[in-house]
Amino acid sequence: MLRIIKERLQQKYRTLDYPRKKPALSPRYHGRPILTPVNCGACRACYAACPAGALLPTLGAEEGTPTLDMGRCTFCGACRAACPKGAFTFSDEHRMASFTREGLLVTPGVTPQVQPHPENFRIFRRSLKLRQVSAGGCNACEADCNVLGTLVYDLGRFGIDFVASPRHADAILVTGPVSANMRLALLDTWHATPEPRIVIAVGACAISGGLFRESPQCHGGTSSTLPVDMYIPGCPPNPWTILDGLLSLKT
Amino acid sequence: MSTSLRFHYTTAVAFSALPVVDGDTLGACVRQLLDDGWRLLALFGLPQSDKKRAVSLCCVLAHDASSELAALRTEPLHNFISLTPSCPQAHLFERELFEQWGITPEGHPWLKPVRCIPDAAEAQARESAQEHAAVQTIPPPFRFYRVQGEEVHEVAVGPVHAGVIEPGHFRFQCYGENVLHLEVALGYQHRGIEAMLRNGPRARCLPVLECTAGDTSVGHATAHCVLLERLTGIVVPERSQLLRRIGLELERLANHTGDLGAIGGDTGFLPTSAWNGRIRGDFLNLTAALCGNRFGRGLLTPGGAAYDLSSEECADITSRLRAAGRDARGAVDVMLHAPSVLERCTGVGALDAKTARDLGLVGVAARACGLERDARRSAPLSCLPSEAWAPRCQQAGDVLARALVRSHELDDSLRMVEEDLATLATMPDKAILAPDASKAKANLPPNMLVVAQVEGWRGEICHVAITNDTGQFLAYKVIDPSFHNWPGLAVALRGNQISDFPLCNKSFNLSYCGHDL
Ligand code: SF4
Repeated sequence: MLRIIKERLQQKYRTLDYPRKKPALSPRYHGRPILTPVNCGACRACYAACPAGALLPTLGAEEGTPTLDMGRCTFCGACRAACPKGAFTFSDEHRMASFTREGLLVTPGVTPQVQPHPENFRIFRRSLKLRQVSAGGCNACEADCNVLGTLVYDLGRFGIDFVASPRHADAILVTGPVSANMRLALLDTWHATPEPRIVIAVGACAISGGLFRESPQCHGGTSSTLPVDMYIPGCPPNPWTILDGLLSLKT
Repeated sequence: MSTSLRFHYTTAVAFSALPVVDGDTLGACVRQLLDDGWRLLALFGLPQSDKKRAVSLCCVLAHDASSELAALRTEPLHNFISLTPSCPQAHLFERELFEQWGITPEGHPWLKPVRCIPDAAEAQARESAQEHAAVQTIPPPFRFYRVQGEEVHEVAVGPVHAGVIEPGHFRFQCYGENVLHLEVALGYQHRGIEAMLRNGPRARCLPVLECTAGDTSVGHATAHCVLLERLTGIVVPERSQLLRRIGLELERLANHTGDLGAIGGDTGFLPTSAWNGRIRGDFLNLTAALCGNRFGRGLLTPGGAAYDLSSEECADITSRLRAAGRDARGAVDVMLHAPSVLERCTGVGALDAKTARDLGLVGVAARACGLERDARRSAPLSCLPSEAWAPRCQQAGDVLARALVRSHELDDSLRMVEEDLATLATMPDKAILAPDASKAKANLPPNMLVVAQVEGWRGEICHVAITNDTGQFLAYKVIDPSFHNWPGLAVALRGNQISDFPLCNKSFNLSYCGHDL
């Protein structure tokens, strides 16, 4: 017993006063990308370098100007390395969640808008119970959701918890590209969740299928199967990014 | 018997040098080698590049003591005599052959698919039933092994579990509280990774392999890079060898810490469970200090490493590593001194060394049974020094033994990372990429077979590639340690109580997606 108490003192108090204090992230962390408008000419180097197919031609802009789809992006930084004009920067901004799919598109020269909060989520302001379903996820997104329960993040203090049964849940949090073999279980879980219910897609796979978008064994993300209310991008998203997304559901 | 090609584990061999035998000879040869202390690394089907539909078998074995590999293949065939009755470690490999290529291992005791489950078809059937308002036939139920008898009952768990974990289905045959048999049915996470790798290399191969099992990103990335380097003869600079090893050992530290915490949680010892969850994050954040991603994604690139550390960064990481290491040691020691934890973990989920050897277990689970299996020793990736280190073994094979192996390996990894950081800080050579690294991106040498073994934190990760006439992957096999070890968990649970399952499961902590690919 004394041993445990002594060790307890050693281990100290670790919970961060989020969101009032900003978490310290690695200087090498790749946060929200920023694209500066440059004259691309005939260069398409970033398109060729991107392993995730996350760069799309920008509608209405000069030909070749890329739009970065955070819903597909793995935040690998290959585009930044490939671009001869330095158009890509990755900021240290971890807040990237979006209520809409379009909100994940990063276009050169356009500053992201603050999104209106959907009215119908007000009911979850004080308590939000989540049922997590891994539908072909690689266990990285799952791990970063799990970690929210630890001392540093202490999800419970915000009134948010992961629960064991969909019957107790207000939201289902999906990870993974929705493998063919998990589709049925995902649907069943959704049907078992009482309404009103929220669907949260966490990670590039769950948003768009990610790297597995073209695999015949996968369905290309959650929206193939369920209506998605919130998108949290990353591969995997940093736990703070997930926490920020969950908190924005409650404000 | 010399019906197999023997070669050193680092060499890529010409595929044509593999002896071609018939199915029976392959069986005899494999059995002989296993008797001589070899173990099965891979057994897989190989489509002939010229003829469609003709599939031959290819088998790779390893001999840990001599660091030698053996390989052989068969003529195209449709069936062969199953090896499983005498060599249980062939069990899942043979089922996989049956599933992927329709090759029948005659006399296999439990022949059914490995990853194919009726759920996908049922989801589709339901959908079209809605569309056409007609009743669709639902595929026949998945066959499970059943124990008959009065008072025998069956418990089905999954695919969606209570916690935030991956899906899998467990079917227990119980007599009262006692488990007579457990069948582990996986496949829910199947994403078709091997099919995506075929005809590579492509830029996407490495990121996809990093997602094979997200908690083993560095392990699988290392295996892939090493494989490409062995094929093309690229020599990786020592600096990036160190960076890679730091990444790999940090991954081990993070996961071992997390696993020990989870064992604490399942024995009801909450202090360690709470602390270790946090300390695991500290180790992940050290990986993020290295490459920006907590799971080490993007750290490696074929031919070297993508990120370097300056001496100041080395010093910073070292001090944070020491702090996290101290906390981990303290938290784990408290748990391993608690009589309640020791009592709960002793004798539960025990496997003996013979069973472990027969099943072909690897990694922590094998070392906990006294098998000295560690690819860091039998197949080291570089000539970096690693004298102060030997495989950590236990004899009991139970939950406690698996916890102790992890606990001891924490010390080893902490020491290794610290030494490597010190070397890195003073190393004058700054190159982190081999000058000829681009060779790994172009087409590879044609018609070669190459193997990469990497000791990930769970155990040995094995990648095997065979290139075709034009230097693309004809086959790329990924064998996560979980593929070997899931049957170990199933057998370990026999004769235990069903309430022991969560604890046993945590002590193995196997990957679902690594198995399902
Ligand atoms: S950072 Fe994102 S957009 Fe850029 S190359 Fe990587 S995956 Fe593509």
